[in-house]
Amino acid sequence: MQAFITLSGLVAPMDRANVDTDAIIPKQFLKSIRRSGYGPYLFDEWRYEDRGEPGMDCTHRPLKTDFVLNKPRYKGASILLARENFGCGSSREHAPWAILDYGFTCVIAPSFADIFYNNCFKNGILPIRLDAAMVDRLFAACAAQEGYSLTVDLEARSITTPDGEVIGFDVDEFRRHCLLNGLDDIGLTLLEGDAIRAYEARRKAEAPWLGL
Amino acid sequence: MGRALFDKVWDQHVVKANEDGSTLLYIDRHLVHEVTSPQAFEGLRLTHRKPWRASAAVATPDHNVPTTDRAKGITDPISRIQVEALDENCREFGITEFGMNDVRQGVVHVMGPEQGLTLPGMTVVCGDSHTSTHGAFACIAMGIGTSEVEHVLATQCLIQQKPRRMRITVEGALPAGITGKDVALYIIGLIGTAGGTGYAIEFAGPAIRQLSMEGRMSLCNMAIEAGARCGMVAADDTTIDYVKGRPYSPTGEDWDKAVAAWRELHSDSDAVFDKEMVLQASDIAPQVSWGTSPEMVLPVSASVPHLAEARDAVQRECWERALLYMGLSEGEVISEIAVDKVFIGSCTNGRIEDFRAAASVVKGKKLAANVKLAMAVPGSGLVKQQAEAEGLDVIFREAGFEWREPGCSMCLAMNADRLEPGERCASTSNRNFEGRQGMGGRTHLVSPAMAAAAAIAGHFVDIRDWS
Ligand code: SF4
Repeated sequence: MQAFITLSGLVAPMDRANVDTDAIIPKQFLKSIRRSGYGPYLFDEWRYEDRGEPGMDCTHRPLKTDFVLNKPRYKGASILLARENFGCGSSREHAPWAILDYGFTCVIAPSFADIFYNNCFKNGILPIRLDAAMVDRLFAACAAQEGYSLTVDLEARSITTPDGEVIGFDVDEFRRHCLLNGLDDIGLTLLEGDAIRAYEARRKAEAPWLGL
Repeated sequence: MGRALFDKVWDQHVVKANEDGSTLLYIDRHLVHEVTSPQAFEGLRLTHRKPWRASAAVATPDHNVPTTDRAKGITDPISRIQVEALDENCREFGITEFGMNDVRQGVVHVMGPEQGLTLPGMTVVCGDSHTSTHGAFACIAMGIGTSEVEHVLATQCLIQQKPRRMRITVEGALPAGITGKDVALYIIGLIGTAGGTGYAIEFAGPAIRQLSMEGRMSLCNMAIEAGARCGMVAADDTTIDYVKGRPYSPTGEDWDKAVAAWRELHSDSDAVFDKEMVLQASDIAPQVSWGTSPEMVLPVSASVPHLAEARDAVQRECWERALLYMGLSEGEVISEIAVDKVFIGSCTNGRIEDFRAAASVVKGKKLAANVKLAMAVPGSGLVKQQAEAEGLDVIFREAGFEWREPGCSMCLAMNADRLEPGERCASTSNRNFEGRQGMGGRTHLVSPAMAAAAAIAGHFVDIRDWS
């Protein structure tokens, strides 16, 4: 996994609450057995006029011009600014894969659905929770200024705005550590192999019906 | 101080509590399906890792399988590759799979409990958000992403942050015609789709105990739609009776030991919760969702809300968008909304009790002229077999329903079963998101009996008045 330390990037505002994973990446794209290649289909139904199918070449598909990511001013954005309960719905990791493949490595919102939030960390994406009033201010600033960019520093747990304001954020220690170092948490867990085996032996005696 | 059910099950599964507050949690059962697993198996292959305990995992294809004639195989080549990849991965890694033509195949969350793979007090995971279903068995059951599917395959553990505990108690007795599905929708309508975020919810009280296991599964299935990490119901005689005699259930001495342990799977009387809510069963009417989020739900007797009733600008905008997408106007009477299609099935309502309830509504009647298609899709091959043994398939067919092969089907429309743009569907599934049942499709979530009644009447009706 790619480590996340700092990021300076253009912000794209997704001004809708409860953006669900079906909207982030519609189900027909879940048929792929790969981890990459989902970026062109991110927000497919909102982004294109026609119905997307897996494998389609998206370069000539008709775009919905009023959809935010289709506006030239947000081209190349790497920070997605969102509303409450972002990523609700299914557990599909295709949602963060699509977000990452498109080029976003940070999502800022007042709240996230649990599974989506967790899936982001597994893929080198930093989801940041800020209070709703602060997110409102960022939306306003982003609308007011073309090219609005932020600098995110995971080490310092801070976001710096173009006029130098520093906004702090919380993130739990374990996830921060893994993300900063790009750690594969399977490898970390396997270091606990003895503890797992000891647990299994104890549990087998306690609960023989579990088939351990 | 007494412990909550969640804490009892959690504590039994702690392999290691880390200093940073995270916990290495042991996973007893891992259910696998074709959509969220291929990249996980690929990860194992690339890192030369083996499953830690292959016997903990059981797989079945469900999302992509056709619900029509299986003898023809899967015509969509991309779907076929995904299902074949599951077969190959299970073979290579030594995982039991109930393949597409096995009678035990079905939606994972129907198949698991039916086989006795879900036992009380277990930790159960699956790369699917509706894994919360298994909480009906006093399990900690959580949906996970593909990276975690790989993590569980490789280590049999998950790294978890302990959620907070919420208890929702439903007092009194459920009125006739009110199902677990209505209870779920009613609760989501009250607390919203983020109301349970960060919580494990225990559903308790006399009205919950009165529910069958099928009803409890429908309820816990939708805990995820309230944003909860998981939903749970304490184990009791209903739970134990359901589990008894299933293929993977313990027998003999192990059964007795298990039952003794399962009797402890309830919250102590003095357990403390981070949040408590008490509801009255008598307040719950048959529910119909009107919008594009499960929280946009109302009693069948109500009318679509006016935008002026929204609590703030964000909600107002969501409602406005939902009305537009759903092709509804403010104040429209729900019972006058006409439907084009009807879908009975899914991991929420694809069990035998659901088909019995729906069949009793349609028996001897015919689909309304405006209903283009009504589908009854059993949750598993065994549900289908049981329903046919009871003659339910004949009742559905005579009423004009299509009686299909088991799978997820039009719950998410990954196979050929889908709505066309603008079509309106009474559906027993769990999500009414934009495009969920097909691009431009309009979904109304209801119970099986309500869906069946809508198929016959051609519009929503109050099942309490059905004769
Ligand atoms: S029936 Fe629907 S909700 Fe359930 S597992 Fe299948 S697609 Fe998901």
